[in-house]
Amino acid sequence: MPAFANKRLVFVTGKGGVGKSTVAVALAIAAARRGLRTIVAELSGQARAAEAFGIKPPCGEEVRLAEHLHATSVGVDEALEEYLHERAGRVGDLLTASRAFHAFTGATPGMRELMTIGKTWELAQDPRRISGRRPYDLVVVDAFATGHALGALRTPATFAEIARVGPIAHQGRTIDATLRDPAQTAVVAVTLPEEMPVAETLALHGGLREAIGQEPAAAVVNACLPERLGPRQARTVADALEAAQDRVTHAALRSALSQQARASAQRAQVERLVDGLARRSAEARQAAGDGGSPAGIPLLELPYVFAEALDLPALEGLADRLEALL
Amino acid sequence: MNGLAAWLADARVCIVGGSGGVGKTTTSAALAAGMAARGLKVAVVTIDPAQRLATALGLDELGNEPQRIEPERFAAAGLPLGDGELWAMTLDPKRTFDDLIARLSPDAETRERIFANRVYRELSDAIAGSQEFTAVAKLHELAQDGSWDLLVLDTPPSRNALDFLDAPDRLRTFFEGRALQTLLRGGGAGLRLIGRGTGLVFGLLRRVTGAELLSDLSDFFRLLGGLLGGFRERAEQVEALLRAAGTTFLLVSSPEREPVDEALFFARRLRAADMALCGAIVNRMHVDELGGEDGVLDGLPARLERAAGLSPALARGVAAAFADEHALARRDAANVARLRTRLGAEVPLLAVPLLDGDVHDVDGLVRLGAELFA
Repeated sequence: MPAFANKRLVFVTGKGGVGKSTVAVALAIAAARRGLRTIVAELSGQARAAEAFGIKPPCGEEVRLAEHLHATSVGVDEALEEYLHERAGRVGDLLTASRAFHAFTGATPGMRELMTIGKTWELAQDPRRISGRRPYDLVVVDAFATGHALGALRTPATFAEIARVGPIAHQGRTIDATLRDPAQTAVVAVTLPEEMPVAETLALHGGLREAIGQEPAAAVVNACLPERLGPRQARTVADALEAAQDRVTHAALRSALSQQARASAQRAQVERLVDGLARRSAEARQAAGDGGSPAGIPLLELPYVFAEALDLPALEGLADRLEALL
Repeated sequence: MNGLAAWLADARVCIVGGSGGVGKTTTSAALAAGMAARGLKVAVVTIDPAQRLATALGLDELGNEPQRIEPERFAAAGLPLGDGELWAMTLDPKRTFDDLIARLSPDAETRERIFANRVYRELSDAIAGSQEFTAVAKLHELAQDGSWDLLVLDTPPSRNALDFLDAPDRLRTFFEGRALQTLLRGGGAGLRLIGRGTGLVFGLLRRVTGAELLSDLSDFFRLLGGLLGGFRERAEQVEALLRAAGTTFLLVSSPEREPVDEALFFARRLRAADMALCGAIVNRMHVDELGGEDGVLDGLPARLERAAGLSPALARGVAAAFADEHALARRDAANVARLRTRLGAEVPLLAVPLLDGDVHDVDGLVRLGAELFA
């Protein structure tokens, strides 16, 4: 097991629409239950974690949601301001006020991503770089979708390489070293048991190794349908459907068979994911010349939530399952 | 004409929009094939098709130009294309952006210097604003080409469907906005201030960024500054294409609450921007044979034992499965009703039931097409 409880930074990513935010919040709830001082950092200008607790915090502010549980929405401007102030004090504040400087940072490609990743790193520092802020035991980042997340995780190293020397180069290398250290940083791949999300998760494996030299520390398969019928039972139900007389019976049998067909298509995708990750993991170990433990990448399934909206009780239920990752 | 064929009767460009994971790519491919089967020469530009779908279509990923799909593939699945032609391509955003830079560069030397600039090399993905701008730039290029009766663009998977609509603007903002303008003002006085100046701001900047990064960046800005006019013109043309008479948007959603909210938001934005919306498709509807009927779950296990001869355990399992599906069917129906009401009567809407299993082959596309053109 990856023992996320001992990490500092956990990035949650996956294809659009697979439930990254849900998994990030539920994972943070689980960590907070363990007594870890935890914060969910959202990167998309949203504040879904806080909203689930009925709070609407301003961007950049760290708010308390429940015991040990906090949330923040990472804002680029706020992060930049903090960085300059911490770096250069009143001189930094002068820069913040300069139009030419804003022009420069606004036009520099990748600067937004660099500032965003830098801020999540800062949240995980003990002591914090920003005076007066308390450190966290665990930062759970509700990160961008796969491709964008990989690009963002690469920016500290990219800037370090372009800059070569100077403060940005130094800072970039420091952050990159944290991202590359499996003792401090983990990436969780969230997916659905469907063709495209599984393909993207398998592609993430290679992309992540290339970006920060790590494998996903775990894969979470979201929205798995229950398998209520075994193969023999499914045949019995199919026979009964042929003979069904009344419309309620017919509808119930038809729906049960349809659910079963989808559930078994999902099983096939979960197997494809398990096999694919195991193979990539083994290849990676071989390529790295590391004969280490073939423990593989743990995979956790979350049940389909048959509800109109994912409210706090539903999140608590998913957190029960995610405790296995801690 | 039925379904999509009627919606697209006057369209020359159809842009398929919606949030991630709602089936935009398969819908785009199925509609392109369906229109080809009606005798048109159709090209579909997809961003990131499932590998299985790309293989099923015989799509070679390396192209970045449309390839003709062998008509036999569809004929074998029961959809003869007749005189129509189906072409498809997978967009390579980096290459499309490089092509654009090459085309807009005033001379070969500028082009080579941009490609050699370390900031451009390392960070051009970030400038391209992920895939949104490149997708619409490619669409514009194909529309200029004029050899297609219908172009179908499958928009990039982004968390927010609106990212796509904002893309031309974002790039224009990059080139025209305060940021770059400040740097380039007065023939590059701002740049001189940053790049070579010895002023206060330069000193401070060097202190927080480092001198080398600063010099690479000012080179980068100076080089791109030469392309400013070309970019402005291109962004205007792209914007004009999005509003042109033959261009229409098709909304795709799934029946969950969030994609429906996003579809509604997208529709409002289209209306505000005076862009045409031809209709909405809701994919993957959970349906059961009893619709939203109340009270059908009462005493169901006993009824299943009696009427279908199931064992008590199996009857309970079937009843539980039906309870799930019935709840989802009611939820989906309510969300679609909301979408229908809020879109208004003038926007046609088509709900496609959940097909057992994903659609990733030509048979699947033909099955989906049968629903779309019914």
